Amino acid sequence: MPVEVRVPTILRPLTGGAKVVTARGETLAAVVADLDGTYPGIGERLLDDSGLRRFVNIYINDEDVRFLAGLQTKVADQDSITILPAVAGG
Amino acid sequence: MRFNSLLDSVGQTPLIGLPTLSPSADVRLWAKLEERNPTGSVKDRAVLSMVNQAECDGTLQPGATLLEPTSGNTGIALAMIAKLRGYQLVCVLPENTSPERTSLLTMWGARVIYSSAVGGSNEAVRVAKVLAAENPDWVMLYQYGNPANAQAHYDTTGPELLADLPTLTHFVAGLGTTGTLMGVGRYLREQRPEVKIVAAEPRYGELVYGLRNLDEGFVPEIYDESLLTSRFSVGARDAIRRTRELLDLEGIFAGFSTGAILHAALGLAEKAKRAGERADIAFIVCDGGWKYLSSGAYEGSLDDAESALEGQLWA
Repeated sequence: MPVEVRVPTILRPLTGGAKVVTARGETLAAVVADLDGTYPGIGERLLDDSGLRRFVNIYINDEDVRFLAGLQTKVADQDSITILPAVAGG
Repeated sequence: MRFNSLLDSVGQTPLIGLPTLSPSADVRLWAKLEERNPTGSVKDRAVLSMVNQAECDGTLQPGATLLEPTSGNTGIALAMIAKLRGYQLVCVLPENTSPERTSLLTMWGARVIYSSAVGGSNEAVRVAKVLAAENPDWVMLYQYGNPANAQAHYDTTGPELLADLPTLTHFVAGLGTTGTLMGVGRYLREQRPEVKIVAAEPRYGELVYGLRNLDEGFVPEIYDESLLTSRFSVGARDAIRRTRELLDLEGIFAGFSTGAILHAALGLAEKAKRAGERADIAFIVCDGGWKYLSSGAYEGSLDDAESALEGQLWA
């Protein structure tokens, strides 16, 4: 079940410059682990011991996973995952 | 309605039903027209509250110079209030904002210092913090960390919404400083614990996320995620499309951040309709479209409009 993952500029050195990559997994945690297998080091940029890093936001189909089930959120075929750094507005 | 001064007229904005965009008689959308505030945006509430608080606690003394990082509306509200109350104002504004914002700021007497487009508002915050350290006599109200920002919405926006719409089931607003959502959210959680509080966050072009490392990310100090039910990221294309629908179908001329909010609100409406649930969904119209006309994004193809906003802080 491949899903598309959009990678922000700041993490593209780890994906060989690719903006959109594919990964597999039934949960977000599994997708991140799969990504880290393909692009070593990306996992640690996204996660720390407590889970998702404070300044990293991940969206599944545009919804922030912190308000879904976090890393345990189920990922379905054709879902679109977006990773973005947290930024200010206002 | 009669008021003793312009500042006395902040708030008490109309809540407008949207008969065409609402999917059914049981699932209704309501727009709170914050562009009816004196400087044309929701920020008049937060800024007036922060200035009053700072005057009250002595932080702000007569003739003081204010400093604020802002992508526009907060600065514009602050410029007007500073002018009336006799303060100087220095705004740190990202350079990728519409020219109308600079015009409005300078018109009300503010001095504008530009921060680099790369990094967007994060960079404006960083530059303002450096300036604050260099100029210890300047007063930075700092909308991102000032509890009086959210308090304005707890005291006014929240109660107004519930008074006008006691059957409210969802509240949707934009996520910038998070002040509107935190204040209204906290009020509604106390009054109507079952109400869903939903954030629509603008997803900008890549330039805006051009941080050097992830530790430069920014989460406003006043943000408390436990007050939110869900949070959606909305890109420029959907924001433009919805802004145009609001204009075409309901006659409301709003800025693009409102389009992003409407996009999230319509998603909730569809979901309620499919589930056969009743819903009264209120959302914030942050500002009118006037400040964004020069972008050209109100006309022409969606592709052209989307490229016009690429790299801009459109919300």
